[in-house]
Amino acid sequence: MTVTAILVLAVGTYAFRIAGPLLRARMARAAARRAARPEARSPVARGGEPEVGGGVAAEDAEVGLPPRVTEAMSTAATVLLVALIATAALTDGPSFAGVALPAGVVTGGVLAWRKAPFVVVVVAAAVVTAGLRALGVP
Amino acid sequence: MRSIWRTVAPGQRRDLLALAPAAAVVGMSFGAIAVAAGLPLWMPSMLSVLVFAGGAQFMVVGVVAAGGGLLAAVLGALVLNARHLPFGLAIGPIMGTSLPARLVGSHLMIDESVAFAMAQRDPRAARAVFWATGALLFVTWNVGTLAGALAGQVLGDPDALGLDAAFPAALLALVLPSLREARTRNAALLGAVVALAATPLLPAGVPVLLALVGLVVLVPAPRGRAEATA
Repeated sequence: MTVTAILVLAVGTYAFRIAGPLLRARMARAAARRAARPEARSPVARGGEPEVGGGVAAEDAEVGLPPRVTEAMSTAATVLLVALIATAALTDGPSFAGVALPAGVVTGGVLAWRKAPFVVVVVAAAVVTAGLRALGVP
Repeated sequence: MRSIWRTVAPGQRRDLLALAPAAAVVGMSFGAIAVAAGLPLWMPSMLSVLVFAGGAQFMVVGVVAAGGGLLAAVLGALVLNARHLPFGLAIGPIMGTSLPARLVGSHLMIDESVAFAMAQRDPRAARAVFWATGALLFVTWNVGTLAGALAGQVLGDPDALGLDAAFPAALLALVLPSLREARTRNAALLGAVVALAATPLLPAGVPVLLALVGLVVLVPAPRGRAEATA
């Protein structure tokens, strides 16, 4: 491991992290400008009257972005989180994770679905997985 | 940190505090594993401060420990972290729209802060929870990393504590409410199936990105498109 490698990883990761908010702000500004033009008949104008030239204000209130677009962005984040959960719970590297790990996560999921407190969900998941492993379950 | 903490509702503070010790323990195991892999004491902390992404950090250290190439390790970790771009599109204005808020908030954007923020209905609550989660886990992850690096192999295996189940379960509890909406649920289920099917075949990180094909369920039928532009 070298300092250069760590810096490359750090800069690359930060670039991925900051690209999203900047890109979204840019899209919002562009959409607000389009909506502000009187000849534009964009559906986004229905959301409310954006201030002419009020780029920052429009971006803050997100007047510019059509609801369909913001909804798709939120759904994308949920899809990624669920895929992360599924792969973290069921796989270990390229192979199946065994029984103890998914059993703990599923226990937590059922408790969350039954509206158990968050702390209970987290602790129960860990306890079930740890308990099964202590009993020798893979 | 204290002023961020005051903006969070008491019930959510309790939820956040449930994750903090788990992050500290996993951070400790990262520090210990990194030092055991031959890294100097300060290096795991440099990774935890500058990269602040557990999965990617474990991956690079694991590859190096196994004698793999550094370039491949870094590229693999970057692929694993590419999901932060779509996370940022979704979180965007939630972290704040001033330049300092974006510069700092982006670094605190991790799976947990995104999931906690997206679970809020009120935008102001979402902003408070995003910052509180990111800041709290940044501190606990880094304290844990340093402690683990110093303690070395005294620590046992965190998997024996079931902590690898705690984090997915926490994320599941946070996304569950948004899965009540049918289209989101369908997109997420399709995405999860694609990611699981791709996991044995593709390098780590790629299957999760492939899950985005689940978004096809949002594409309206041709008639719906015409409606939207009318």
